[in-house]
Amino acid sequence: MKHLKIALVGQPNVGKSMLINAISNSKLRVGNFSGVTVEKTEVSFDFHGFAIRIIDLPGTYSLNEYTQDERVTKEFLENEEYDMIINVVDSTNLERNLFLTTQLLELDKKMIVALNMMDEATKEGTCIDEEQLSNILGVPCVKVSAVTKTGIVKLLNRTIDMSNFAYEESKLIYSDTVEEEIANISAFLKAKNYSSNIVNRKLALKLLQEDISIYKKMHDEPIWIQLLPIVREALNHLYIHYDTKDIDDIFAEEKAAFAKGAAMETVQCRSRDVKSATEKIDSILIHKIFGIPIFLFFMWGLFQLTFELGSIPMDWISVFFTSLSDYSRTIFGDGELGSMIADGAIAGVGAVVLFLPNIMILFFGIALLETTGYMSRVAFLLDGFFHKFGLHGKSFIPLVTGFGCSVPAYMSARTLKNDKDRLITLFIIGFMSCGARLPIYVLFAGAFFGAQNAGNVLFAIYIVGAMFGLVAAKFLKVFVFKGKDEPFVMEMPKYRMPSFKLIWHTVMTKSIMYLKKAGTFILVASIFIWFSSNYPKQPDLEKEYSKKIELAQSEPEKSVLTNELTRRLLENSYLGIIGKSTEPLFSPLGFDWRMTVALETGLAAKEVVVSTLGVLYSLGESVTEEDNGLVDAIKKNIPFPAAVSFILFVMIYLPCFAASIVFAKESGSYKYLLYLFIFTTSVAWGFSFIGYTLTKMII
Amino acid sequence: MATLAGLEANEDAVVLKVNADGELKRRLFSLGLRKSSHVRVKAVSLNKSTMEIETGACMLALRFEEAKKIEVEKI
Repeated sequence: MKHLKIALVGQPNVGKSMLINAISNSKLRVGNFSGVTVEKTEVSFDFHGFAIRIIDLPGTYSLNEYTQDERVTKEFLENEEYDMIINVVDSTNLERNLFLTTQLLELDKKMIVALNMMDEATKEGTCIDEEQLSNILGVPCVKVSAVTKTGIVKLLNRTIDMSNFAYEESKLIYSDTVEEEIANISAFLKAKNYSSNIVNRKLALKLLQEDISIYKKMHDEPIWIQLLPIVREALNHLYIHYDTKDIDDIFAEEKAAFAKGAAMETVQCRSRDVKSATEKIDSILIHKIFGIPIFLFFMWGLFQLTFELGSIPMDWISVFFTSLSDYSRTIFGDGELGSMIADGAIAGVGAVVLFLPNIMILFFGIALLETTGYMSRVAFLLDGFFHKFGLHGKSFIPLVTGFGCSVPAYMSARTLKNDKDRLITLFIIGFMSCGARLPIYVLFAGAFFGAQNAGNVLFAIYIVGAMFGLVAAKFLKVFVFKGKDEPFVMEMPKYRMPSFKLIWHTVMTKSIMYLKKAGTFILVASIFIWFSSNYPKQPDLEKEYSKKIELAQSEPEKSVLTNELTRRLLENSYLGIIGKSTEPLFSPLGFDWRMTVALETGLAAKEVVVSTLGVLYSLGESVTEEDNGLVDAIKKNIPFPAAVSFILFVMIYLPCFAASIVFAKESGSYKYLLYLFIFTTSVAWGFSFIGYTLTKMII
Repeated sequence: MATLAGLEANEDAVVLKVNADGELKRRLFSLGLRKSSHVRVKAVSLNKSTMEIETGACMLALRFEEAKKIEVEKI
């Protein structure tokens, strides 16, 4: 089988990942804003006897690297081995896209241009003569649409065809001024009968572009002495003609002119009516005065929905796990095994799965934000506000991603150009409460604020977290990462109706991931927590109490004693010992040892906090059967001020182990991870302490 | 000297010169904001910190600080 390695290159938000998904049925992340893909991703599949590997590269406006993700693309194209480029362009914005195409043509690789978003272009009344464009560029152009999956097979067929033929020089033609100088130099080279492995035209061009390697090579040739004055004169002509001595500028201008010419010759626009849809929506959504309130309203609505709508299936799930727990006891008995399965595995996993509906609604909201194009608008709206806190408007994108999960959020900070802006953003992403913390909030909000207010409380928690983040950013900007502000230039994508399939798919992927984590990691963690809260066994204590219980006169007295036994057993378990020994650290915040342990296990992953609470309280509560829900158990055992300070602590401290590793990688040093740990933990402690003290005073 | 920052929403202009340094200039260039390109201001944020402009077929958001570096002639 023949192998074919293809680099997929294009400007941001032209649908590269979407195209790969359409070609290979893979499930790459897509969205409607610049910088969804920040790391190269590889997808392999077979087609007509070819083993094809497509590398999805981060979008780049040009090959002059600017941000970190663009660097990935440039480095790949220049240093790695690949057979062919598929240049994806946005048919509705051909001229600007062709600018990158002209740069790609100079890489001397086989290339195909995929004219993507053809469906949208047709709707807008844009016609593209792809035959003519192929002639002008000297590379095949194929009309495709990743959304409607048209032209995909044709694109693949052309790709296979191309691989069978030798590379042909493209037809990038410059303006008369430049062409004249190229001709002059070429003529001289020809007259001298000079020949090398590079074509003379190309050699002349590289000399004019001041290509360092060519100068080094030519420098050692005898012809150099006579060639030099000719090149110098040619350059002087160009300087005068362009009124600048920056040769990069001159050639950028040349390529832009070529792109413009190519677009003008091949594009026919009939009308521009459709465009006004985006304008109409924009006139409301980024309205001077109403823009921000509208955004806040959307967020509020999302959290209301998260709680209100989410609580309906939550009841069913709760009932399901309670009966599952009871059922497992009838199978495995009331002994150790039964307790491990019911109180460990089922209580822990159940506590996490319980929040699946909330997670789904939250990810649905984020998916809408990402795919409609609203995300960039919000970045626009908030830039002025963010800027005051030393943040970049673009920071908004990683920060919003952080509401879903910190791991991709850390990665998407790569779209920030400046290292200091990026570090500040990385440091405060944790303040944006991730999806995994949602269960804790829903649990506590439901338990302590009642169903009517829970949605508002959720909204408030997220807003307060974000506010803390902004203040922290300001602090970091003023004291730690000083530096000048970076320019803010960002493309605003068109609004697009997200397909139901896409949203559904995104939400399902996230949900399945959540369930998978519950079934694997959380399951193991729950059993581990069950084990360390049941062992070492204390036969003496049990004997002592069983005697007392036997002697007890009345039922209430018996139940008091049983509860006391359970409590003492727990306190003397491994987990109890750890919790007790670290309790003093947290007792000023009002946490008992169980909450302390929950926080500590939460360092592994935030879902574990809930499952730990689930296991610990289900063990403690197993005797009294009146209330079987975790919500009630928590309401009964945790005083209100402690709950407030617990929420505050969870809001701020380190996201999870996986995110910490990614943070270290993205920030470039484990030193920063240590700083982050100290920073977040001390801030969390401080705010919790204030919250605890204030709440105690008020009540 | 008029700059992009001096324009109000729904005003049109032609770029005369981009007074930015290397990287920013190249970025603006590849986004289609360069000498003799046609721009139109679409929206301006409340406290005049950010503006949305249309150039060619694309919409860009930029800060007023950047807009000040772009010399334009109103049309």
